[in-house]
Amino acid sequence: MDNELLRLKVNGERYDVAVPPNKLLLDVLREDLRLTGSKRGCDDSSCGCCTVLVDGVPQLSCVMLAASYPEPEITTIEGVARGGELSPLQEGFCVEGGAQCGFCTPGIVLVAKALLERNPNPTREEIAAALSGNLCRCTGYEQIYLSIEHAIKKLQPAPLEAVPGDD
Amino acid sequence: MAEFSVIGKRLPMVDAPEKVTGAGIYTDDMALPGMLVGKILHSPHAHARIRSIDTRKAEALPGVRAVVTGREFPNKYGILPIGHDETAFATDKARYIGDNVAGVAAVSEEVARQALELIEVDYEVLPAWFDSEEAMKAESNWLHDDKPNNIEKEYHHAFGDVEAALATADVVRSQRFVCPEVNHAAMEPHSTLAHFEDGRITVWSSTQVPYYLHRTLANVLGMPMKQIRVIKPLIGGGFGAKSEVCPIEVQAACLSRKAGAPVKVTYTREEVFYAHRGRPHQIVEITLGAKRDGRITAAKARIIQDGGAYCGYGPVTILYSGALLGAMYDIANMQFDGYRVLTNKPACGAMRGHGTVNTRFAFESLLDMVAEELGIDPVEMRQRNLLRPPCLTVNQLRVTSYGYPECIEKVAAKSRWTEKKGKLPFGKGIGFAGSHYVSGAANAIVRAQMPHTTINLQADRDGTVTVFSGASEIGQGSDTIQVQLVAEELGIDLNRVKLVAADTGRTPVDLGSYSSRVTFMAGNACLDAARNLKKQVFGAMAKRWGVPADELASRDGRVFHRNGTSVSFGEAVAAAIEELGELKATGTYTPPVEAQGGKFKGAGVGPSPSYSYSAQAVEVTVDPETGEVKVDRITVAHDCGRALNPITVEGQVIGSVWMGLGQAVQEEMLYNQGRLMNPTMLEYKVASTLESPPVDTIIVESIDPEGPLGAKEAGEGSLAATIPALANAVYDAVGVRITTLPLTPEKILRALREKEKQKAGKNGGAR
Repeated sequence: MDNELLRLKVNGERYDVAVPPNKLLLDVLREDLRLTGSKRGCDDSSCGCCTVLVDGVPQLSCVMLAASYPEPEITTIEGVARGGELSPLQEGFCVEGGAQCGFCTPGIVLVAKALLERNPNPTREEIAAALSGNLCRCTGYEQIYLSIEHAIKKLQPAPLEAVPGDD
Repeated sequence: MAEFSVIGKRLPMVDAPEKVTGAGIYTDDMALPGMLVGKILHSPHAHARIRSIDTRKAEALPGVRAVVTGREFPNKYGILPIGHDETAFATDKARYIGDNVAGVAAVSEEVARQALELIEVDYEVLPAWFDSEEAMKAESNWLHDDKPNNIEKEYHHAFGDVEAALATADVVRSQRFVCPEVNHAAMEPHSTLAHFEDGRITVWSSTQVPYYLHRTLANVLGMPMKQIRVIKPLIGGGFGAKSEVCPIEVQAACLSRKAGAPVKVTYTREEVFYAHRGRPHQIVEITLGAKRDGRITAAKARIIQDGGAYCGYGPVTILYSGALLGAMYDIANMQFDGYRVLTNKPACGAMRGHGTVNTRFAFESLLDMVAEELGIDPVEMRQRNLLRPPCLTVNQLRVTSYGYPECIEKVAAKSRWTEKKGKLPFGKGIGFAGSHYVSGAANAIVRAQMPHTTINLQADRDGTVTVFSGASEIGQGSDTIQVQLVAEELGIDLNRVKLVAADTGRTPVDLGSYSSRVTFMAGNACLDAARNLKKQVFGAMAKRWGVPADELASRDGRVFHRNGTSVSFGEAVAAAIEELGELKATGTYTPPVEAQGGKFKGAGVGPSPSYSYSAQAVEVTVDPETGEVKVDRITVAHDCGRALNPITVEGQVIGSVWMGLGQAVQEEMLYNQGRLMNPTMLEYKVASTLESPPVDTIIVESIDPEGPLGAKEAGEGSLAATIPALANAVYDAVGVRITTLPLTPEKILRALREKEKQKAGKNGGAR
């Protein structure tokens, strides 16, 4: 198939790439933009490793035609840390062991980011429900919950009694 | 002051930042200029002679750069020296649906796929064997001509006098258990990038065993090892799937060599299932004899292992299934008859808890049955049969540290066992079981007189120390543990220790990430290297200060003389470099001779320098109307010696329990005439968050005399106990004993109806 010029907005940057119109977003990200943080773990959109955010909503990039998304803001795992500083979620996954082999981590961090943006204080059941489309084969999910809960705590507005000099 | 500075602390893994930002590079993330895409042609037949292969049309397709068949690379290989029965591509026969027939390297995946369709193979379809017990009876049409009756290997071990011991037992029970095949399903599909250039080849691969891959490539390619370099990038989980040489690792190399360009081959998920090497289907027929007081007099197991089409790790798997009947309980008489059978299905291999898991399910289920017959509480039953280490088991396994008694006590207390066992309402139940695993195999796969791990250290003038390690981080945290141990021993900050790992061009030999050996063996080699480095640093400073070197110590980033004089570690290193020219040290680890086991045939598998122990209580709710099992909670205690990093220990233990739970209730590779019916993540049913119960983890530290600072394995030993603990819990809940995995609602319902029928036949009876 002949290439067509395609415009994408990824992690706040504009990209122009020449790709076949049937190319999947995951492959454009990985091969053409060299953003390899998004992974392919299955053949049937069932593992969640390729999850990206489209205007803040988690979607599976392995079943999206890149050409269909010229307008929205696409966020990949590479766009989560800003200015070299880990986000509270990423920090949580480091300190609580939520990332073992790390292959599912990008998708899970992005789903958790979307969850916390619409619900800053989710219960464990709500976290489990949000993550039910993302498989992890290492952790049994326990340390993933702890990692996300680390971020939830860190993102809470400081209570009044915790204001410095107020003890 | 704390005993340790960085050991025992809840520290993030050293490679966590690159994993959470997406910056970390896995094999399939790599690209080289001019790189080609490799695809493999798989057999559509379970058993077929290959009369001819015509590749001309495929070769003529524009964009195709190489087509390779078995004839061009006929050298046989296999992970075990006794099992070289594979070639890069089939040379005579295809032995399972999915077997490797030819390979293509092309400019794009699309072209490579088209080329595969243009390869014409003339097959003569042969009768095939799908059932291990049937395959053993075969008079002809064997998978391999040199393996009569399709028996790859059989072992017959007898220790003590089993028949006499059974005759004197008050209770003897036998039971047949069936465990179907399960797959590792690591999230990263296998991937290999090979680059042949100027007579040399570099291979980046998702391997747990770079050293064995290095050797195998030399064999298959017919090239000396010095012209081959194997590099392991980040790995997206292994669990044993990548612990033997996977077909694409040699295929990518063959394709690159023929094309003269870099070739990357990455499996689809379906191909991962067909490449398999997972836990085999096993029929475990087991007999236990016990005295009235609960003491086991004898254990006897006959195990038939459906190994699939090739040898792989198969003989090791079946030997583990027998050997680790020992080292758990005090059993004076033991018999094991094991058969590793060849069938026309994907080859099985090593999977987390290698060989021990199905035996343990059978043993711990049967132990509960015997306990019930004797009227002894299951926890008490286990406590009455404990080992008394240090000891040598009847099958010559040396047990030193043994935290199992403490594991049992802590799990019983935390799960409130005595309040619950047999006292919960119908439909609710609690079950108990134990398990164990080796901390590395005491004997290497390759018979060679060399250390199992060698570590090199190099110190820079600023005091930064680089660890050169051949060990393979696969997500379990072994890079972190090695850095922690070196930092601890040198008394310096973690961030002053860098690690270069798993690159055969730069790092010394480590045998690989299998049999839970890395923390124990690479860890000990790290400590040895660090001590050797410290000796040189102390020597240089002692000279400067004019004091004996044994009066020096190193901690908090400084080197001290006992009179209080001190310099920074960096200054001390600079002094040593000034004197020596450079500052390097080597450390090694070789398991002690006393731990290497007996002298009988097959005695090499099972012995370990030390064993981990686990006890578990599983609580379930069973719906008697639907047979559905809901796991409410799992309490686990794991004896890991010393917990070098509790976060990674807990991660490994919970992950093991969770993987065991998958095998217990929902995972199973389903075949129809050799065709895998569920080779996808959707249908194979790896548990999502919604099916995953909370796991309460207790760490038991038995402080092993030989482990690095007392540590032993944490990554596998807890898997096996989950399955029987769950089966025992289902029995406690609804009174049915399921002996075929997984414990699906259909099986439980069938058993409940069967029980109802029997009860009706007897005009009622007890629950």
